[in-house]
Amino acid sequence: MSIVKTKDLTFEYIRRDEDGNVEGITTAVDKVDLDIAQGSFVAVLGHNGSGKSTLAKHINAILNPTEGTVWVDGMDTSEEEKIWDIRQTAGMVFQNPDNQIIGQVVEEDVGFGPENMGIPTKEIWERVEESLRAVGMYEFRKYSPNKLSGGQKQRVSIAGVLAMHPKCIVLDEPTAMLDPSGRREVVRAVRALNQVEGVTIILITHYMEEIIYADKVFVMDSGKIAMEGTPREIFSQVERLKELRLDVPQVTLLAYELKKKGLRLPDGILTVKEFADAIEKL
Amino acid sequence: MLRDITLGQYYQTESIIHKLDPRVKLAGTLLYIISLFFFRNFIGYAAAAVFLAVVIRLSKVPFKFMIRGMKAMVFLLLLTVVFNLFLTPGTPLVSFWKLRITMEGLQLAVTMAVRLSMLVIGSSVMTLTTTPNNLTDGMEKGMRPLKLFRVPVHEVAMMMSIALRFIPILLEETDKIMKAQIARGADFESGNLIRRAKALVPLLVPLFISAFRRANDLAMAMEARCYRGGEGRTKMKPLVYQRRDRCAYLCILFYLIASISLGRL
Amino acid sequence: MPIILDHLTYIYGEDTPLAVKALDDICLQIPDGQFVGIIGHTGSGKSTLMQHLNGLVKATSGHIYYNGEDIYDRDYDMKKLRSSVGLVFQYPEHQLFEIDVFSDVCFGPKNLGLDKKEAELRAFDALRKVGLPNELYYQSPFELSGGQKRRVAIAGVLAMKPQVLILDEPTAGLDPKGRDEILKQIKKLQAETGMTILLVSHSMEDVAEYVDRIIVMNKGRVMYDDIPREVFSHYKELEEVGLAAPQMTYVLQELRKRGFRVDVDAATVGEAAETIYRALN
Repeated sequence: MSIVKTKDLTFEYIRRDEDGNVEGITTAVDKVDLDIAQGSFVAVLGHNGSGKSTLAKHINAILNPTEGTVWVDGMDTSEEEKIWDIRQTAGMVFQNPDNQIIGQVVEEDVGFGPENMGIPTKEIWERVEESLRAVGMYEFRKYSPNKLSGGQKQRVSIAGVLAMHPKCIVLDEPTAMLDPSGRREVVRAVRALNQVEGVTIILITHYMEEIIYADKVFVMDSGKIAMEGTPREIFSQVERLKELRLDVPQVTLLAYELKKKGLRLPDGILTVKEFADAIEKL
Repeated sequence: MLRDITLGQYYQTESIIHKLDPRVKLAGTLLYIISLFFFRNFIGYAAAAVFLAVVIRLSKVPFKFMIRGMKAMVFLLLLTVVFNLFLTPGTPLVSFWKLRITMEGLQLAVTMAVRLSMLVIGSSVMTLTTTPNNLTDGMEKGMRPLKLFRVPVHEVAMMMSIALRFIPILLEETDKIMKAQIARGADFESGNLIRRAKALVPLLVPLFISAFRRANDLAMAMEARCYRGGEGRTKMKPLVYQRRDRCAYLCILFYLIASISLGRL
Repeated sequence: MPIILDHLTYIYGEDTPLAVKALDDICLQIPDGQFVGIIGHTGSGKSTLMQHLNGLVKATSGHIYYNGEDIYDRDYDMKKLRSSVGLVFQYPEHQLFEIDVFSDVCFGPKNLGLDKKEAELRAFDALRKVGLPNELYYQSPFELSGGQKRRVAIAGVLAMKPQVLILDEPTAGLDPKGRDEILKQIKKLQAETGMTILLVSHSMEDVAEYVDRIIVMNKGRVMYDDIPREVFSHYKELEEVGLAAPQMTYVLQELRKRGFRVDVDAATVGEAAETIYRALN
């Protein structure tokens, strides 16, 4: 069953100079076809400016395609009257944790989405509790968001989306502003949601370590899907990734370098353990 | 440091006053302030003082926090006292040099000082026992009748609570931008007024750009979470009057009747 | 003309119940021309320490000597200190404000009281040193990409001709290629000018290849201060405080555990490949 599907998705915007004259047209997303299965963990990679964030905003109907169609759970995102159902089905977490937390207390922020949906008070409390527990932030429910670390704030943002009971969560570079421990916290929470709660995850990022556990990876470049496959398939193409301004985990690079020196190692090694096992087998 | 500034100086503790519905506290404070202007004798002020003392006691907030709110008012208070003391005509009491203190002046000065202090302490009780969030909720619901006159009550309340959330963030950001520009040799402290105003440009441009960006991001995040105005919204923490709130209203009413009738004897 | 920190302590919010020791008895010496990585996670005190070095924050106790002078002396010229110890903050958005890149870079030298011509010469020189393409000089700084903004921000400080350059997380938010480009540019800059450079980062992996020395900060204290390979040998202790050594350290330690005779000190991919290759043949 597919949860998100796009056909010939194209998004163009008009660049204007200071006086408002048209300078040209930029195609941010260019004829993208995607089909994302319900319950999967999908990563979208790409350098800054590759169009990955623009693509993400289409799934939540924040942007509408210039050409082509986006379906979320069978609903066409260009249909005005479905917009709130779509946003409820596909929740979105953004990059800057400070700019998406509305409440002054953690639990109130998580309740914001359900309040907007008109959920009865008693159920809001149940949803807030279960969402905060799912991301491991329940003990911070009475805190002011300003007192939390970046990783904790992002987990609150995820809980805020989760409380709307979406089928799918799109995370638009949720770790770009965090330090390594904050990044690990967020990725761990996201994986748990996918595995325990069965929520479809679409993770937009440019950090390679975060996509190792994805079921499928799409790599974007100048608005197009440049590569797609499992993490192992993607990471076995070191040169191609470098062309796309990306890199691979250091251990993958190490295996690649040793292969160039003539060692017979398999392609696309992802973890330290895999690497050590492969060396032992030589 | 900057981030620790919280507006409204809420004092966290468990008390009956803290638990009251914010609408009760808003209405109570308003009525209390109004009552102060009805008194004609000192019995009224005495009644008001007793009432205030009881409320403060119940709130469990240490008295020194109440006084803290007065600090900002000291200048205004002194000014009022001085003006009333020296500029009220009437029966002379003392006179030296070109100044003269009259009986009426002394009375007026004392009255004004007492009235002003009670007013400030009275409103401090409200801000110290109510979270800003609760206060905006109370205003939203309490002012609902104004909707009939097309006052966007929900929107105003939402704006206030967003402002409360972002003030500490923007203060911290101002601090960072200032440091970044000082590191480039900017000087915010010396020179005449025009120079100083000009020196603010490198601070204000990044600050405004960032604030607009944040506003834009926040609007997008709110929409993504299905925010579409006050219609059809439910509340996670709805305001519902409890027994204690009804009791409190009765107490306030009783105080009003008693103090005003005593105060106008 | 080194920088010497002598028992530096900074207490944040002193005299309040929330007082926190942000820096705790720091003693360091940074000789001229060194390229130093300052590593620690958010809240470790690394950024606060850097802000002390150019006098933006004043220590609660202790002394800082720059070129043999105590910067807390009453008649010490702070303005001069700020021009010779340049500090570039994490987000370029916090400092870019002019209508075009070039005027923005001129801001620093103008504040030093230089005439227009000298300021412009310095701006050109600085922009060239950070490798910004010529055609961007007269663009609005707000329309640049993340990596380009970062370069303009660095140029803005370079134009003041500092002897010491401090960069706070210069790679935050950049994509992998952008990150490598900016780090290489900084390395080149250091080689060209012989400046002392302090690079603040939360990633050992990023700086391992470039720096001569790593200072690890934790809870306001200096946890390790040594050459990179020595610091990485403490990878277990580093992990306990939430920092990770470069992945190569883990690979080599694992191989050593499995009986391969590899050199566990190698920190970069190139060095690791070399030692593994040798161990296998």
